[in-house]
Amino acid sequence: MPEPFHPSPFTGFLTLLHKEVLRFWKVGFQTVAAPVLNALLFLLIFSRVLDRHITVYGEVPYTAFLVPGLIMMSLLQNAFANSSSSLIQSKITGNIIFLLLPPLSYRAFYAAYILAAVLRGLAVAVGVWLASAIFIATPLAHPVWALAFAVLGGALLATFGVIAGIWADKFDQLAAFQNFLVLPLTMLSGVFYSIQSLPPLWQQISHINPFFFMIDGFRYGFFGQSDASPWLSLAVTSASLAALAALTLAMLAKGYKLRG
Amino acid sequence: MTTPAIRVATLTKRYGNLQALAGIDLEIGQGEFFGLLGPNGAGKTTLISALAGLIRADSGKLEIMGRDVVANYRDARRRLGVVPQELVFDPFFTVREVLRFQSGYFGIRGNGAWIDEILHGLDLAARADTNMRTLSGGMKRRVLVAQALVHRPPVIVLDEPTAGVDVELRQSLWRFVRQLNADGHTVVLTTHYLEEAEALCGRIAMMKAGRIVALDTTANLLSSTAARRLKIRAERPAAALALGATAAGEWLEFSFDTPGDIETLLARLREAGAGVLEIAIGEPDLERVFVEVMRRA
Repeated sequence: MPEPFHPSPFTGFLTLLHKEVLRFWKVGFQTVAAPVLNALLFLLIFSRVLDRHITVYGEVPYTAFLVPGLIMMSLLQNAFANSSSSLIQSKITGNIIFLLLPPLSYRAFYAAYILAAVLRGLAVAVGVWLASAIFIATPLAHPVWALAFAVLGGALLATFGVIAGIWADKFDQLAAFQNFLVLPLTMLSGVFYSIQSLPPLWQQISHINPFFFMIDGFRYGFFGQSDASPWLSLAVTSASLAALAALTLAMLAKGYKLRG
Repeated sequence: MTTPAIRVATLTKRYGNLQALAGIDLEIGQGEFFGLLGPNGAGKTTLISALAGLIRADSGKLEIMGRDVVANYRDARRRLGVVPQELVFDPFFTVREVLRFQSGYFGIRGNGAWIDEILHGLDLAARADTNMRTLSGGMKRRVLVAQALVHRPPVIVLDEPTAGVDVELRQSLWRFVRQLNADGHTVVLTTHYLEEAEALCGRIAMMKAGRIVALDTTANLLSSTAARRLKIRAERPAAALALGATAAGEWLEFSFDTPGDIETLLARLREAGAGVLEIAIGEPDLERVFVEVMRRA
């Protein structure tokens, strides 16, 4: 009988990460190029209609204001789509068994899915940023802040995607998550407007939407100005991520809907 | 004393009102070729799933090569390879990619030589760089076997591996699995093809309604449970049927235990005027044993 192998630490995590990245990269036209095109269409339409009429934060043109919002919206939606669609496809086709049979820890499982989803989100974000530069140069005043919100926001939505992917038994249940939660929360978070332009009541309501803080904090990285303090946005985003990560890890540790 | 390859102690699992496993006790020795038989819903797949950590048992203990599958799940899973019953695959990747990933999940890097050996052994080498989507059902089944072997597990569980597989592939699969067993791997097989279990397994457990209802060597099961059959064709079958024969197509069958019983039976048939035209002796087979055990259980 052949000698058993001696396993290397982190190999399971790195392999699952590699597989998840390859999974979206092999269909990059659908998973990266298409969202970039979508964001560009938004940019073209809104900037054409509104650029001459609106300035934000005093003198920032509307098109420039719009770019970080669209980048972050694309990043968040694609991070969610990556982890959730990968998991539900594996569950429905049954190939999730190949991840349940090996001695992969639930932490490695979580980390690989999240990191792969963040990488897809970042790939889309960079794509939107580069493509938008054709129309307007957007300054990047504080790149570290922008990167921090991109990574934390991507991880938050990727975690939400893992929850949705584990919970949903059918594609329409997953679509409900996307259409009735992720999309409205993103659209109502200040992607297309500054909440300063809203009536006071709606400003208050915006402050209970964590998506607002992710997008507002990300925008601070570009303009050095934002509706809320970047520190408050960072705290809300980090706390939301910590809470969802704890819930997801508890679900994975129990094998909720994965290990009968 | 050698550690058993698999040890199951008072294992129970309930799904709602269904008692899927009702206190299973079982030990399978290292190097055995073991058969796990039973009708649908007997609990075979539930037992395998508990062994593989795919489900959690309600109570009891499970060990693979002495490693508890819950408390020491990493060590236990490294020692187990499972070929699942369902024909599942990942449509994004090629055969080689799938095997590399599976190695990596078990913590193994640089596994190319062993993967090549498995691909060769399962006649998959020519399809190594083919996408899983485009493979035939039989080829996909071979890849499932390959995936179960990438980490060189000492214990291999095959859950109905030949369901829907053509004869040629079935034979080449059994040649390969027999070689694995000859190399020292413990093999546990569930199948509905009882002739396969009879030919391959040294020991067999039969399950019904979550319990083991028979457990012995294949030879003992064949000799102790099922009587041999005297098969006749007769001019007047009704006379033979009146003596307790059962009809099997054109043939009529009597059970007997010792050769002396044959003389007695023939004498009674002569007296009854059955007019025996042809005689044959049927050896006991596992199918009959299985039917008998299930009827009694």
